Amino acid sequence: MSFVKLSASALAIAAVSATAAAARDQVQVAGSSTVLPYASIVAEAFGENFDFPTPVVESGGSSAGLKRFCEGVGENTIDVANASRKIKDSEIAKCAEAGVTDIIEVRIGYDGIVFASDIAGNSYEFTPDDWFLALSDKVLVDGELVDNPNVTWADVNPNFPAVDIQAFIPGTKHGTREVFEDKVILAGCEHTGAFDALKAANGDDKKAAEKACIGLRTDGKSVDIDGDYTETLARIESNKDGIGVFGLAFYENNTDKLQVATMSGIVPSTESIATGEYPVSRPLFFYVKKAHIGVIPGLKEYAEFFVADEIAGPDGPLAEYGLVSDPELSDTQGAVADEAVLGGNS
Amino acid sequence: MTDISQSGAPKHASSLLSKDARTAKRNRAESRFKLYGILAIAVGLLMLITLVYNIVSRGTGAFTQTFVTLDVTLAEDKLDKNGNRNLDEIKKVSTFGYAPLIKDAISSEVEKLGIQTDLSAKDQAAILSKSAAAQLRDYVIANPDKIGETVQFRFLANSRVDGYMKGRVSRESIANDKSISPAQLDFVDQLVADGVIVKSFNLDFIFGADASDQRPEAAGIGVSMIGSLFMMLVVLALALPIGVAASIYLEEFAPKNWITDIIEVNISNLAAVPSIVFGILGLAVFINYMHLPMSAPLVGGLVLTLMTLPTIIISTRASLKAVPPSIRDAALGVGASKMQSVFHHVLPLAAPGILTGTIIGLAQALGETAPLLLIGMVGFIASNAPDSVASGLLSPNSAMPAQIYEWAKRADPAFYERAWGGIIILLIFLVTMNTVAVILRRRFERRW
Repeated sequence: MSFVKLSASALAIAAVSATAAAARDQVQVAGSSTVLPYASIVAEAFGENFDFPTPVVESGGSSAGLKRFCEGVGENTIDVANASRKIKDSEIAKCAEAGVTDIIEVRIGYDGIVFASDIAGNSYEFTPDDWFLALSDKVLVDGELVDNPNVTWADVNPNFPAVDIQAFIPGTKHGTREVFEDKVILAGCEHTGAFDALKAANGDDKKAAEKACIGLRTDGKSVDIDGDYTETLARIESNKDGIGVFGLAFYENNTDKLQVATMSGIVPSTESIATGEYPVSRPLFFYVKKAHIGVIPGLKEYAEFFVADEIAGPDGPLAEYGLVSDPELSDTQGAVADEAVLGGNS
Repeated sequence: MTDISQSGAPKHASSLLSKDARTAKRNRAESRFKLYGILAIAVGLLMLITLVYNIVSRGTGAFTQTFVTLDVTLAEDKLDKNGNRNLDEIKKVSTFGYAPLIKDAISSEVEKLGIQTDLSAKDQAAILSKSAAAQLRDYVIANPDKIGETVQFRFLANSRVDGYMKGRVSRESIANDKSISPAQLDFVDQLVADGVIVKSFNLDFIFGADASDQRPEAAGIGVSMIGSLFMMLVVLALALPIGVAASIYLEEFAPKNWITDIIEVNISNLAAVPSIVFGILGLAVFINYMHLPMSAPLVGGLVLTLMTLPTIIISTRASLKAVPPSIRDAALGVGASKMQSVFHHVLPLAAPGILTGTIIGLAQALGETAPLLLIGMVGFIASNAPDSVASGLLSPNSAMPAQIYEWAKRADPAFYERAWGGIIILLIFLVTMNTVAVILRRRFERRW
């Protein structure tokens, strides 16, 4: 008898699930945790000003978001992926394999990456060279490539205090990591001459040399943070000599706990990033599945609303929160309105 | 009498037993062990007190909020240019269109009170929450006939102003802060003196919806509470009947052979499986294969059902086992069928134990975050309150622990306070559920 009951219950679940697969009426977004605050500000304003329900915004990192984005087309996949870096060719190929061919790329603006230490700790004036010498696994000493011998910041640069190097940098699933590698470590690698040495060591292979450049030391001086900036902040609060990598918006919300370091003599701010003086910045993107436009109600309106002047413009709420607004915003607005897909003529 | 030897134990007036060296050693070991035990309890208690103190001292701030009371003139030329009160036309004015009304309102209030300040109208309005414009717009859309009149509103203050009122923000701590200036804090002081800004209990934190990163002052845990409630309903509706039916069959009817042995071992193993595994399973089965909606409490409930099922089965089987065989024998002896003996006699006697196990299983499910990560219930989600039971199950929502996790991640320190406040509410739920379980067990449990 109870077996009958059991199977009846199982059938009931199946019946519920069959009817539940009804149309989804809200936009589903996932991806970069750097873009998350901006996306949730837009989602909230979108829900308030339109008759569509407030979009759902999840985080998890740029790569994780794009992976979910490329799982396929259909209501059980997300509509929009937020990313703090450009989509890679390998990801576009993966997308295409799963049937996600028409992807609309939307650049929302720029974000600065800042280096900050505890408000009660030491203050720093960095150059990319300092970071390369502090964190790389191989550095150039007297023309020879050797394992990084630097233990304290004073070893890196005599102007710095003699405290142990302890850096908290974003983990590899974050888009921020890639920018950190490109704009800071690689720049330092090239400038200190290690790049040429590595290139010679790798048989003149530029790609291999670049890869060798961004190899970081693994002796615990550089710690990958896979969580969010709050985790980096907590690490710095418990280790006053630590230096962390943050987004500009996060720093601006926590100025009572953090002091920001200059990079090549420039103080990071929305102004210095907008003019391009501050070197460590990157564009932020979101990607829209064209196949979902018209199927998921409000998707196109959400994308258009996101890049509208009153939202992403220089006086909008996103700029107020820390986004550096894109001077070419009107081009982006046009591209979204026309639903221009990646690869253009494909 | 005199001592026989120095090595012998001292005599006791009350006891004839004289302790030898080894007994004394054993007794010392025993008292040492008791001391360790007391120490262990003391350490545990200390940790509990530290935890509760931390939670309460950090979280209580979330239950009060700073409000600004203003008279707003709902200017017709801004909200309804044609003056025909057509709702579609009124809706065209976005929240950005309402910002000037708030600026005017605060300027006129300043004028009325005769406050001297050098701040521009924009900086004055910046002490208000960003939610103020949305609050106005919602009101106008709900009451279009009020356009042209002056209505009193109670707006939330900005999170920095709120932090200043709560002592979290000081003039020193905002030295590098761009979103508020010391001059604005002086302005706030003046408004506090005039009674325009007050701090009071904030019901919206308990019943409200989540808000975006720019307005932590408006965030509430209410909608995610509804999400949790619907998930618990799903868990209760599925896990209780399935779990009880499975355990009755296994305990009372199933033959004892290797198949039931394997099932038994697997149920015990299932109870020890990390919850994130159920999340991955939920993603693969319920979302990717069955095409259930993402972020829906129904899916969350199904995943948590899988997680709770073993707990319920194990506790149900234990309480069925605790019913003495004599009861079954007596029922069978007077001619009851096997099923009658189970449902008329064994099950009612085992019910308190089953209920206790179910409530504890539910409490465990209520506090679970990990499996929800994978089915899309963690993020900026709990912003729409569901309007019916069906949408409560199917429209995206978060859960209380997921909401707390989300708040703890956000940049603005005001969210941190709300995360602790959320923990207080979650703990109240858990303690209540566990208390109910204890009371049920105390009142109805029978011992043989």
